[in-house]
Amino acid sequence: MTIRMPGAVKGVLTAAVLATAALAATPSLAEIKGLEIIAPASPGGGWDQHARTLQQVLQDQKLASGIQVVNIPGAGGTVGLAQFVTAKKRSPTVLVGGQIMLGAIVTNKSAVTLDQVTPLARLTGEYTAIVVPPESPIKTFDDLLKKFKADPGSVSWGGGSAGGSDQILAGLIAKAVGVDPNKVNYVATAGGGELLASALGGHVTLGMGGYSEFAPQFQAGKLRAIAVSAPQRLPGSDTPTLKEQGVDLEFVNWRGVFAQASAKPAELKELQEAVAKAVASDEWKQAVKQRGWIDLYQPSAEFASFLKQERAQIEGTLKDIGLVK
Amino acid sequence: MDTLAALGHGFLVALTPYNLLWSAIGVTVGTAVGVLPGIGPALTVALLLPVTYGLEPTSAFIMFAGIYYGAMYGGSTTSILLNAPGESGSIVTAIDGHAMARQGRGAQALATAAIGSFIAGTIATAALTFVAPLMVKMALLFGPAEYFALMVLALTTVTAVLGSSLARGLASLFLGLALGLVGIDMQTGQARLAFGVPELLDGIDTVVVAVGLFAVGETLYVASRHRFETEEIYALKGSKWMSREDWSRSWKPWLRGTLLGFPIGTLPAGGSEIPTFLSYLVEKRLAKKPEEFGKGAIEAVAGPEAANNASAAGVLAPLLSLGLPTSATAAIMLAAFQQYGLQPGPTLFDNNPELVWGMIASLYIGNVLLLVLNLPLVGFWVKLLLIPRPWLYAGILVFSSLGAYTLNNNVIDLVILWVIGLLGFGMRVLNVPVAPCVVGLILGPLAEQQFRRALAISQGDPSVFLTHPISAALLIIAALLVIGPMVLRFRSNGAGKGAGNGTGKGDSASPSGSHPAT
Repeated sequence: MTIRMPGAVKGVLTAAVLATAALAATPSLAEIKGLEIIAPASPGGGWDQHARTLQQVLQDQKLASGIQVVNIPGAGGTVGLAQFVTAKKRSPTVLVGGQIMLGAIVTNKSAVTLDQVTPLARLTGEYTAIVVPPESPIKTFDDLLKKFKADPGSVSWGGGSAGGSDQILAGLIAKAVGVDPNKVNYVATAGGGELLASALGGHVTLGMGGYSEFAPQFQAGKLRAIAVSAPQRLPGSDTPTLKEQGVDLEFVNWRGVFAQASAKPAELKELQEAVAKAVASDEWKQAVKQRGWIDLYQPSAEFASFLKQERAQIEGTLKDIGLVK
Repeated sequence: MDTLAALGHGFLVALTPYNLLWSAIGVTVGTAVGVLPGIGPALTVALLLPVTYGLEPTSAFIMFAGIYYGAMYGGSTTSILLNAPGESGSIVTAIDGHAMARQGRGAQALATAAIGSFIAGTIATAALTFVAPLMVKMALLFGPAEYFALMVLALTTVTAVLGSSLARGLASLFLGLALGLVGIDMQTGQARLAFGVPELLDGIDTVVVAVGLFAVGETLYVASRHRFETEEIYALKGSKWMSREDWSRSWKPWLRGTLLGFPIGTLPAGGSEIPTFLSYLVEKRLAKKPEEFGKGAIEAVAGPEAANNASAAGVLAPLLSLGLPTSATAAIMLAAFQQYGLQPGPTLFDNNPELVWGMIASLYIGNVLLLVLNLPLVGFWVKLLLIPRPWLYAGILVFSSLGAYTLNNNVIDLVILWVIGLLGFGMRVLNVPVAPCVVGLILGPLAEQQFRRALAISQGDPSVFLTHPISAALLIIAALLVIGPMVLRFRSNGAGKGAGNGTGKGDSASPSGSHPAT
């Protein structure tokens, strides 16, 4: 058995360390020792990349040391979430997660929910692009809507996993234009290369996915974006937004970090400050830019209220699509 | 000629002592992670990403490419020696490779795997150099209907591994298909056969099943017999080197495996297992002694090992020419490109020729390094088999369990491994072949997804499978492969000859058997 340090002692120690740091006139706060970042997905995906970028930045900015990234893949992040909620850790632990997890909790009837974790910060987001190959008869979003309204089944929407962000957006669009969301002919793929290939090869009517994921194809003229789910056109892009094209929708596939509900207030504050400092650093900003993410940082309280709203929308849409009873 | 000049320049980049060093580190690390079940090249590259941040991108990618190729080499080692496939692409290798090892021909199995990997890797890298854009164009023609047809074709492999009893073989196949159903259904997001266990929602990992059935099941069986049977020693028989006969039986499978592996590797949903299955099938159909298959036929090691290495090169074609990641490792490499601020995708060749060509050149070099590293190691590896049996098998169990655990850092995988292992033991006792189960597990879910996707897109019209020419052609080949031998056997029975051995020896079935290779 491992010996756990009583919270009070830990708190005192933290305070002492903080005080020493202040006395030594160090500008930054004390390092968090032995931080564990859980990425509830396999290496290579968005969550894993966020975890590893955060690890890098926290380390380089001397905000934390001895950081470990642990991959616990499975079931849209709910396997990692469940382990995160139940684990008794000696060292501080955070979990990376995002919108897909919200949907997965409902569709997988997960025993644990985001009620059992503390939102620490929203980090980034990606807006969804709707893309068609250049030779597609569909030239504009309007063409798409005409075809979709006339015969909903004739439009195959290719996107990521069932119940994930792309299918939810498809459902929201259908609802907004007055088509039964249940009629959306959604073709789920494993995302990434598989989705890109079916869009490039014209095997689906349209493809949906993060704008930056498709961006190199736009530049090479292999795919065309007919709409993007952002509030306004993205910098350096002339793809019109859904709003401009008469669909009153904004949709962002966000990612954030969560702390354990058992974290002590002092610990929580320490983590919040560390994340806040990390995302304010040039290193983080550069990494976000390189990877084509969009900085959508929200501190703990704002993130919590955003989540509440987001959950209602996602759960409602999943019911409309018929994935959840 | 432009390509040659660019490649020449690439060699200048890759052959600097500094980059050579990184290539050597890469292939060594890659071989090591290939040997360990559970730790794959994807995880390794992900772990190394932060460490390589300070490196030149070219050097880092040369190392990553080495890891990727190295893992394909290493995966076969444990398959052959311990019956525990390190990677899913080496599952087929275990069937005959391990049988060879038990006959004291482990060194030859390892050698044909290493040389075949070298030849396939080199030819496929050449294909990557010269015809990548063309192959990728072809790959994009594959939609759900075509993939389904390809899966059906691959499923006919099962006829080659059914064993002597049709009923037992089919029972094993259906067990595999049922295991493949476990988890979230991709199209509807609903859980199937998960019994409320969240860890089962993503399905059962094929490597865990293969290691469970092959290694754990076999180990338990051997242990249960230990007291009753005298110990046969897996001593090395004769020379360590491949005999003239081994060479003459290996070189054609190497080439055919390469022909299957590279194109299927370029397919975004091709995967490294499918060409190995097809290669096994083709080799058995073409073999002079098909009855040796399953009992240590060298062709059954040479072909699939060449196929999985060629497919590894194939995967790089869509990655480099379109920015399409078609495997987990390719996805991480894509992330790595982004880390260096490089734009992977159709413009990568134009914008970063030094990097791309340096990396391609390093693949040729890596292949040579891998052969140099692996051939002498053969002598060392086979000594493992001289370890006294109880120790060796205990070691296999520990090794398999460790591998299953590291896969997801999850105890549930250990439980699955052991349940499957006990199942494998039961199957072994009842004389049920385990290979059809693995074929079903891997191909069943893929075929189902593609089938339903194709029907969703066609709005329920099943004629898509026949109106798409590629799909129709693949289905016809599959039908010929299954029906052909049956007809032949029926005829020979009619002529008063004895029945075949249940798998159809028909040499006249071979022309259709060789089709998928072209």
